[in-house]
Amino acid sequence: MNVSEAKKRAEDESVEEVVTSLFDNIEKSELNAFITLAKESALKEARKVDRNGAKGALGGIPIALKDCISTKGIETTCGSRILKGYVPPYDAHVVERLRAEGAIIIGKTNMDEFAMGPSTETSYFGPTKNPHDLSRVAGGSSGGSAAAVAGEGVPIALGSDTGGSVRCPASFCGIVGLKPTYGLVSRYGLIAYANSLEQIGPFACNVEDVALLLNVIAGYDPRDSTSMDKKCEYTKELRDDVSDVKIGVPKEFFGEGIDEDVEKAVWDGIKILEDVGASYTEISLPHTKYSLAAYYIIAMSEASSNLARFDGLRYGLRLGKDEDWHTTFSEIRAQGFGEEVKRRVLLGTYALSAGYYGKYYLKALKVRTLVKRNFDAALKDVDVLITPTMPFPAFKIGEKTDDPLALYLADVNTVPINLAGVPSISVPCGFSGKLPIGMQIIGRHFDEGKILRMAYTFERHAGVRC
Amino acid sequence: MITKRDVEHIGWLARIKLTEEEKSKFTEQFNSILDYFERLDEVDPDVPPAHNISGLVNVFRADVVRGSMSRDDALDNAPKKEGEFFKGPRVV
Repeated sequence: MNVSEAKKRAEDESVEEVVTSLFDNIEKSELNAFITLAKESALKEARKVDRNGAKGALGGIPIALKDCISTKGIETTCGSRILKGYVPPYDAHVVERLRAEGAIIIGKTNMDEFAMGPSTETSYFGPTKNPHDLSRVAGGSSGGSAAAVAGEGVPIALGSDTGGSVRCPASFCGIVGLKPTYGLVSRYGLIAYANSLEQIGPFACNVEDVALLLNVIAGYDPRDSTSMDKKCEYTKELRDDVSDVKIGVPKEFFGEGIDEDVEKAVWDGIKILEDVGASYTEISLPHTKYSLAAYYIIAMSEASSNLARFDGLRYGLRLGKDEDWHTTFSEIRAQGFGEEVKRRVLLGTYALSAGYYGKYYLKALKVRTLVKRNFDAALKDVDVLITPTMPFPAFKIGEKTDDPLALYLADVNTVPINLAGVPSISVPCGFSGKLPIGMQIIGRHFDEGKILRMAYTFERHAGVRC
Repeated sequence: MITKRDVEHIGWLARIKLTEEEKSKFTEQFNSILDYFERLDEVDPDVPPAHNISGLVNVFRADVVRGSMSRDDALDNAPKKEGEFFKGPRVV
């Protein structure tokens, strides 16, 4: 169900009917897309809209939110045992905007614990399943949000993207997902994992709804020191015209390890855009091969610092018997964090420790400079870059859990974009058997309008639908 | 080469108690992951580090007194509290 269909249904029946039927779908579903359902508050909101009429850009439209986005009065766990039972006393900036525009929050979606992973298998609440094949992952870490849109009929959802966590599940679930430019959407109220990399991003079944949701959540917020005042009306940018667009195709993203069906589907996608007027040229981003290592060092280092606040004292898990401070704190974190979180916090602590700071963390930050310069140079010559979003379609649940490095390698096409801070959208471009494939369109800083226009034109001519 | 003893020490620094099984597993995995990170040694970048993407150095706001979260709200999620305070484990 997209936003227009939800509006039409609400007019024909009622907003309460739409919301009730969504909850019925979710409760019958096997996907495990949600951690918390806000049934009572959502139905109350729905009745209010039915009484007073829909107001705002998203009046009466149901939305699902990733469980790392703080919601006043609704439990927010980050997919972790350590935050089970935590009810934020405030709304994230994006949630304030959604409420102001009349959206109805129906629940909090499943995610990799603290957004660490490309598969939603590290959640304390169990993995989310792929709506196209229940034996496979939905992608991560915003797998619950993507599966809610693709499989349960939620018109729109929000995720967060640190190294591909919106685009990966969008690709695996066959929907549209956007990672905005770093600084376009406020991170106030987003529970931090790696704050120099992550951005909140929208999911929907089509590009128009993603643009509509971006209109609502983008914009300056003084509470986030990295927030920028660069917003525009994204829905006005949508037109079926790419005749002025030069595409760059970076050869490093089509290298070893890419699935044949994925490579073919993305090249077919580029040809479709060429047929409707865009031009393309093959280019190189030479430092791409160092991106993954640099990304993980930076992300783990930031995680080790950001997750230091979880001590069970002010909120979250507290065990029955207290010993001394160090023992109690260490035991709470041992029982509250899952294996992947421990792995990343420990590796981050190691990378920041005396003697290794220069070898790992400082070098990774310098490599980020090189990667960013590669993107800046490439995007001077071309308007957008196109690559596969993921190197392969959704994999089987459990297939990669014993080998963390293999799982990290899955992010190879998405993490360079977070290092450079540029915007990027994943649009469905075909199938491998019954599994969806995503095409990634990358733009210049704050040029969301152009990549949305590219995606919109592609969607019109490719005939691939959610 | 990282050893089991190193992993134990990092666990202590990070305030995460590790089981013997975790120490063994992480030792093996950390060596393989750190081997992968070694590829950064292939480049010797003579460039400034990018601490953030937007190039921000300082962000100032006017020095104006503003409200904050109420004490009741701040205490609402605390698993253990006493009166107006969080109740923590003993430090010494």
